[in-house]
Amino acid sequence: MQIHNKSGQYAGRRKIVSGIIIVVGLVLLGRLFMLQIIDPSYKAFARSNFLRHITDYPARGLIYDRHGELLVYNEVHYDLMVIPGQVGDIDTLEFCRLLNMDVSTFESRLLQARRHSRFRASVFERQISKTTFAAFQEKMFRFPGFFVQPRTLRRYTYPIATHTFGYVGEAGPGIIGNDPYYRPGDFIGISGIERAYEKELRGQKGLRIRMVDVFNRDIGPFHDGRYDTLAIAGKDIYTTLDTQLQLYGEKLMQNKRGSIVAIEPATGEVLTLVSAPSFDPGLLVGRQRTRNYRMLQNDTLKPLFNRALMAQYPPGSVFKLVSTLIALQEGVVEPHTRYGCGGIYHAGGISVRCRSHPSPVNVVTAIKYSCNTYSSIIFQNTINNPVFGGIQHAFSHWRDYLVSFGFGRTFGSDLAFELPGLVATADYYDRLYGRSGWRSQTILSLGIGQGELGVTPMQLANMTAAIANRGYYLTPHVVKAIDDPSSPNTRYSLANNIPIDKEHFETIVHAMHMVVEDGTGRFSRIPGISMAGKTGTVQNPHGENHSVFVAFAPVDDPQIAISVVVENAGYGSVWAAPIASLMIEQYLTGKVQRKWFEDRVLNQSFLTAQP
Amino acid sequence: MTKKQGIIKNSDKTVILLFLVMVAIGWLNIYAAEYTEGRGHVFDLGTSFGKQLMFILSGLVIAAAVMLIDVRFFTGFAKIIYGVSILLLVAVLFAGVEINATKAWFRIGGLAFQPSEIAKYGTALALASIIGNMRTRKPGKADLLKGFGVILLPAGLVLLQKDVGTTLVFLSFSLALFREGWIGLIALAVGGIAVFLFVLTLMMNEFIIIGGLAFMAVVIGVITRKKTGAVLHVITLFLVLSGYVYSVDYAFDNILQPHHKARIEVLVHGNADLQGAGYNLHQSKIAIGSGGLWGKGFLQGTQTQFNFVPEQTTDFIFCTIGEEWGFAGSLVIIGLFVWLLLRLLYLAERQKSTFSRVFGYSVTSVLFFHFAVNIGMTVGLVPVIGIPLPLISYGGSSLWGTTLMIFTFLKFDANRHEML
Ligand SMILES: [Zn+2]
Repeated sequence: MQIHNKSGQYAGRRKIVSGIIIVVGLVLLGRLFMLQIIDPSYKAFARSNFLRHITDYPARGLIYDRHGELLVYNEVHYDLMVIPGQVGDIDTLEFCRLLNMDVSTFESRLLQARRHSRFRASVFERQISKTTFAAFQEKMFRFPGFFVQPRTLRRYTYPIATHTFGYVGEAGPGIIGNDPYYRPGDFIGISGIERAYEKELRGQKGLRIRMVDVFNRDIGPFHDGRYDTLAIAGKDIYTTLDTQLQLYGEKLMQNKRGSIVAIEPATGEVLTLVSAPSFDPGLLVGRQRTRNYRMLQNDTLKPLFNRALMAQYPPGSVFKLVSTLIALQEGVVEPHTRYGCGGIYHAGGISVRCRSHPSPVNVVTAIKYSCNTYSSIIFQNTINNPVFGGIQHAFSHWRDYLVSFGFGRTFGSDLAFELPGLVATADYYDRLYGRSGWRSQTILSLGIGQGELGVTPMQLANMTAAIANRGYYLTPHVVKAIDDPSSPNTRYSLANNIPIDKEHFETIVHAMHMVVEDGTGRFSRIPGISMAGKTGTVQNPHGENHSVFVAFAPVDDPQIAISVVVENAGYGSVWAAPIASLMIEQYLTGKVQRKWFEDRVLNQSFLTAQP
Repeated sequence: MTKKQGIIKNSDKTVILLFLVMVAIGWLNIYAAEYTEGRGHVFDLGTSFGKQLMFILSGLVIAAAVMLIDVRFFTGFAKIIYGVSILLLVAVLFAGVEINATKAWFRIGGLAFQPSEIAKYGTALALASIIGNMRTRKPGKADLLKGFGVILLPAGLVLLQKDVGTTLVFLSFSLALFREGWIGLIALAVGGIAVFLFVLTLMMNEFIIIGGLAFMAVVIGVITRKKTGAVLHVITLFLVLSGYVYSVDYAFDNILQPHHKARIEVLVHGNADLQGAGYNLHQSKIAIGSGGLWGKGFLQGTQTQFNFVPEQTTDFIFCTIGEEWGFAGSLVIIGLFVWLLLRLLYLAERQKSTFSRVFGYSVTSVLFFHFAVNIGMTVGLVPVIGIPLPLISYGGSSLWGTTLMIFTFLKFDANRHEML
């Protein structure tokens, strides 16, 4: 064996080799220092790997009618969720086959979910079928990152009261940005009761933190469930609606455009709220919601538009009730004051037509025959009353009365999306005509409910309820009780008083009774029921006039106050009054005797009359 | 009796102690990686920690046997041991079983055995023998042929098993050759630059690198412009390096197979594809990175306990250490390895015979390569080429192979005065 000296001529190279070892050790340490000490992101990654934040969605509160009949309830369905950061190496083809989805859709959905968040769950596929769910549940362990989330969908006992219930939809980015409660895919009330009572109906989501292993198998609760919260079920809502009356109202309004609003005068509870044409509330539930919504949006009949709360019409002759009450209160007319009517009234170059009726008329007969001349005179008397020393002041005073009836403002109750209507101010006329440029005859049409007036069917019904109450109303509302039917909603139990004496209301109630007994509304008299009403025909520059009728019954113990508007249907006495009378008969007696009268309404369509 | 006492007395206690500590740490972490509450006794042979305990015990028997056998057995039979290991490498190509897409294993009963572990040992012995038996101080042509031949032959056979990781381990012998003067400092530096440029080319656009080289060439050219011929050298060097960079890029785009490309792309471009090749590395980095300074505690690592890191007892055992013991644990492991390697170098340098010095350097080089590449790949500095962390990773072949190498060298060291 050849023997070399102790370390050979290259002994110095030991230092180089040692140096390499030390440098590599230091490089590894430096890298580990970066990973373990400097960069905090891996701790978050690790948590998201093994922790699943499972949201427990509480059942949304149910909705009942005033008699406790269930109207809106829930049905369970399943959403397939994904946490993109946890999606492992899965068999995409198998997955797509289970879901009946093509691979490119799979990839784009995953990308979309990843853009939202790598660590938060996103909805991957909405409302998978029960069979898909079952197949999936079995193979779940093979698809880490995916899980099934049970959710509930709204179901409706009857396809009615769509606008009142409103609908539930996914919380959009705007809502999610403002309220941390909502996460993408969460539902929120978009309109109607669902919106107004969202906080009560939704309940409180629960959160469970579970540990899972790499196969997405549940290992158990994190820290023995210390951070878990229980879901709290939503509260039930007991509405003021009368299901039978709502059903009947929607039936009568088939093939018509317009609305019916019925209120219980003593409480302000809305018995029925019909906006026609309407649609099945079930259309705005589930997977087809977006498509159906678009279809409804494009419908020229505007079914999404809640006419009862949002349509604004000049009230026409029904407004004479209010203007006469004001004149009586202001003392510019006495109940027995008589004026002659020759079928036309002239005031400073302005003329108002009237129809032929016995003359002269007093307050009661003027209402009974809906005399334009009488209304014009007393309106002028009110506005020209010298005690105010000027039209601005007099008009503002007159306008205050209207506001006290609920016109020109919203009620601010639980009715979503109500509009205030329009009652012009003195300033408005000042701007339009100049401060001294307008007289009582300039605004004469207001006296007969035309001109710069816009009222909603809800406001008309409320006005009728106030008259039925002889001087006050309770804010109209649709929710009777929350959670417990025996503890009523007291939010709207305060009376809103109208500064007009009760005796004047009695005069007007008498006149309204006469309208039905022997006046313009006599064809709609209900045998055995005393009804007070007033017809209206709203001039419509765009087509056929709108048919309007307001009424309450029984006269001495009002149970129901109602407003009916049928668009493009002509005289109030011909269509709106019969519908109101049928509604009242249905509500007070539980059935309708006058079948021919009912058939006449049911068989009539006004939808083709649309210009 | 006296001979045995002499062996214990002359053996390097530091290396033995480091060996025992590292094997124990390895076992604890294998236990943690495999641990499931309420399952598996420590000696349960159905678990990897149970098996590893058996491997450790049998490894100690091997160590003791090596220490007791006459040292001349190893010097005398070096070439025969090498020959046997080559035969095993050939045999495994025909009779072996495929595990993880490599045909590198014999299966005997319930145990799998990897002959390439023996081949590393055999190659170290054979190389030591060739260099130790050289007639001249400078290697002749025949020596060079034999020396490189004994390394390349097993490397080629291992490559035929499709075990790229272990094939690359044979590169580490170049460190021993460097020490013996077979490879110059310039060659080592050129090799280093080549590797550096290679990785750089994969990480960024080749034209940026060539642009950078051009800039450096201009700067060096201006500085050395007074020297005759320097400019020509600079231009030549620039052209050679640019050509190299360009061909690396070309090779990567056109020659490499997709899955290799994917692995390299994961390494250089971060976590581009977490579902595919990047998954292991990503989970590995999460495990280590989430350990923090002090770690999550024994059996408390969520990545480890919920099995998020694949191959965690074997190639990715360092994840368990990083996660459960934190940076402190990492520091200890790296410290132990550097200590062991430097100690082995020290021992190698104090050998009186070239044979045992070359063998010591070979052992150190192989262990160093495993250490650097294994931990480097778990932290994303090196492509994922599955090779184990010596003494720590689960696996009988690896542990026995490492034990053989270390204790054979300790035997040489203990008998260094006799080995003349
Ligand atoms: Zn008249």
